[in-house]
Amino acid sequence: MSEETRQVDELTGTATTGHEWDGLRELNTPLPRWWLWTFYASIVFAVGYWFVYPAWPLINGATQGAFSWHSRAAVETDLAALHSQRAPMMAKLTAASLAQIVDNPELLDFARAEGRVAFADNCAPCHGAGGGGTKGYPNLNDDDWLWGGKLEQIEQTIRYGARAGSDKGHQGNMPPFAGALKPNEISSVANFVRSFSGLPLEQGTDLVLGKKVFADNCAVCHGPEGKGNQELGAPNLTDKIWLYGSDKDVVVDGIVHGRGGVMPTWEGRLNDPTIKALTVYVWSFGGGAK
Amino acid sequence: MTISAEMVLREKPAPAGSALAHLVAQAEAGVRPPDDDIPLYAPRRKIYPQSTHGVFRRIKWAVLFVTLGIYYLLPFVRWDRGPNAPSQAVLIDFPARRFYFFFIEIWPQEVYYLTGLLILAAIGLFLMNAIAGRIWCGYLCPQTVWTDLFFAVERFVEGDRREHMLRDVRKWTAATWARKGTKHFLWLMIAWWTGGAWVLYFADAPTLVRDLATLHAPLIAYAWIGILTFTTYTLAGHMREQVCLYMCPWPRIQAALTDEYALNVTYRYDRGEPRCSVKKAEQLRAQGERAGDCVDCLQCVHVCPTGVDIRDGASLGCIQCGLCIDACDNVMKKLGRPTRLIAYDTDINVRLRIEGKRPFYRLVRMRTLLYAAVIAIAGGTMIYTLATRGSEGISVIHDRNPMFVRLSDGALRNGYIIRIVNKELRHRDFIVSVDGLPSSLIDFVGLPPRSDGRQLVDVGPDQTKEVRLVVTDYSESAPAPSTSVLFKLIDVDTGEVAEMRDHFFGPQTPNGAGQ
Repeated sequence: MSEETRQVDELTGTATTGHEWDGLRELNTPLPRWWLWTFYASIVFAVGYWFVYPAWPLINGATQGAFSWHSRAAVETDLAALHSQRAPMMAKLTAASLAQIVDNPELLDFARAEGRVAFADNCAPCHGAGGGGTKGYPNLNDDDWLWGGKLEQIEQTIRYGARAGSDKGHQGNMPPFAGALKPNEISSVANFVRSFSGLPLEQGTDLVLGKKVFADNCAVCHGPEGKGNQELGAPNLTDKIWLYGSDKDVVVDGIVHGRGGVMPTWEGRLNDPTIKALTVYVWSFGGGAK
Repeated sequence: MTISAEMVLREKPAPAGSALAHLVAQAEAGVRPPDDDIPLYAPRRKIYPQSTHGVFRRIKWAVLFVTLGIYYLLPFVRWDRGPNAPSQAVLIDFPARRFYFFFIEIWPQEVYYLTGLLILAAIGLFLMNAIAGRIWCGYLCPQTVWTDLFFAVERFVEGDRREHMLRDVRKWTAATWARKGTKHFLWLMIAWWTGGAWVLYFADAPTLVRDLATLHAPLIAYAWIGILTFTTYTLAGHMREQVCLYMCPWPRIQAALTDEYALNVTYRYDRGEPRCSVKKAEQLRAQGERAGDCVDCLQCVHVCPTGVDIRDGASLGCIQCGLCIDACDNVMKKLGRPTRLIAYDTDINVRLRIEGKRPFYRLVRMRTLLYAAVIAIAGGTMIYTLATRGSEGISVIHDRNPMFVRLSDGALRNGYIIRIVNKELRHRDFIVSVDGLPSSLIDFVGLPPRSDGRQLVDVGPDQTKEVRLVVTDYSESAPAPSTSVLFKLIDVDTGEVAEMRDHFFGPQTPNGAGQ
């Protein structure tokens, strides 16, 4: 550095570092020295991490660190602590019957909290985050139940599913009538079914034919008055709730091609207290029957 | 021969400011150090503040005793809240999520009181600054208070400025080492008790003291005592003015916030300059020439805890503690000259005096009025809400999926999660009503009705309870897409009411289906 660049900036009275770029000089406003030592100390401190924690990549893995600390093991420890913390309540949940759970406010709270999480993990993809359902997937908040809304019935449906291959699960389905019924018969019976809940009829509908077709083909499962049968999972056709929709085209589609939605079986995939908690949670949406 | 910066510094300790100021002086005198020797990191210059006495010293002692007294002893003050409640006047109960302050109990959802306190603290700081600059820094800042205490211990053990400096530069004897050891021991004891008092705010103090002494206290208590012992010892014992100069943001903010009417510790150079000895002053005055009152005794510099020369004017280092005023006043009294050569004043006034005009003080200004107004509004709001808040509360969360359901008979139903707060220390039964729907039924899911058929929610003392509530609307008329409804929580015994507004949703079109 040349002699003439060593100088003090006239404007500020501050010394410069002597470095110059195109006539610009850098003022030297020094940091306190303790800052420097703190900086060095933190570098030295950081070296400790190399030895305490897993740090250096090797060909098959990495160095394990002095205490063999592992993030997965830490999670497992936390989970174990959580399980042991919940164990007394889980034991109560396992021991109590569904009716007892619902009658005990403390157990009901616990089951609802447990059920909320299990529902979000397992049920929400089809039934919606709050059990609101969608076309083909029942709304669990209303009072219309395909297989029954009592606690035991809900548990049965969750545990063994419907049409999912389990011997203990619900089996019945809506058969297709494409070959068995003529188009005008299908149209008439669709109108007749819609009339149960007061929906408007098409012009020139032959209700007498519809009623006859219904009595011959549908009443076996849906009942003579269309009230349905929960033993068979045959929906009540007289209420205002339609799983697939109430438009005539949709009803005709169901008659022609049949219906048979699948509820998976959860026995073996979820443990006993979780299924119980789910049952209580679904029941407590508000539509469950006593 | 070139003179290195190191040599310059070693030969003559730099005056107030930094090594840099000295380098500048050298550079201006034509002595220029070689480039490579320009220090990029400035070593700390040890400050030996001299003791003094006077008005501001007395104020500082009073503030020190009061604030530290409160800090160390407050956890032991008892306050009876009845059974099953802590009897500590000031307690931050993290496990139970409660903050107790004498008769006030704050729940986590009332954390806006903390926001209010922070607003009051910030605006209070601004108001102090608008009136008299950095008086917070000089008198009330914990860094200042603890450093002041540590200075006092240091002077008690190692002697006042002169004695202490001499001992440090002379060969260290066993007695010197003993003094140093005693000082650090006392410092550590104060620091340790500072950390110890801190943890007492988070648990029942007498119990925790016993547990700490018998080694039964939780590890976290010991850890926090250790951390705060370390920070107190380091910050008040070793870092001192470095905290104010390098670490604290307030001097920077303060410099941007202040105005020319705020009182500052000011050297009245109209009276002080030119500086000259008593004899010289007499000679000059005898000749009818001007002589200042400042005798350049450096007492103001020697007593300064941050090593500032106040006669250089306002600076970042000045925390405005007023000790230089005391020191200067003592000298002026001895000389029989008027006191307050250094005083809380403004530069405007100094210049007015030079011009022979009357000085003025303008404490009532737009900014002081605005700050006072903000403090009054924020403080008033807090007091009002504290005085009128109920001991019960209700919050309502509407189901998000589904927003509403159709029942088989066509009725419309909405689901809610209701959380009921009971801040009293007794069990209370609540009834909930929903107003705003012509004909509706409400049902708490899973809540068995009492003998009279009513569904009452029983909430335990000092607790909250969450219940699921479904509201079914049976009205014949077409439902609105959204109806405003009022949830009323009523204590069945006392009739106290808390309210919360929410909505009852229906389909966008009157004949819409369930979804």
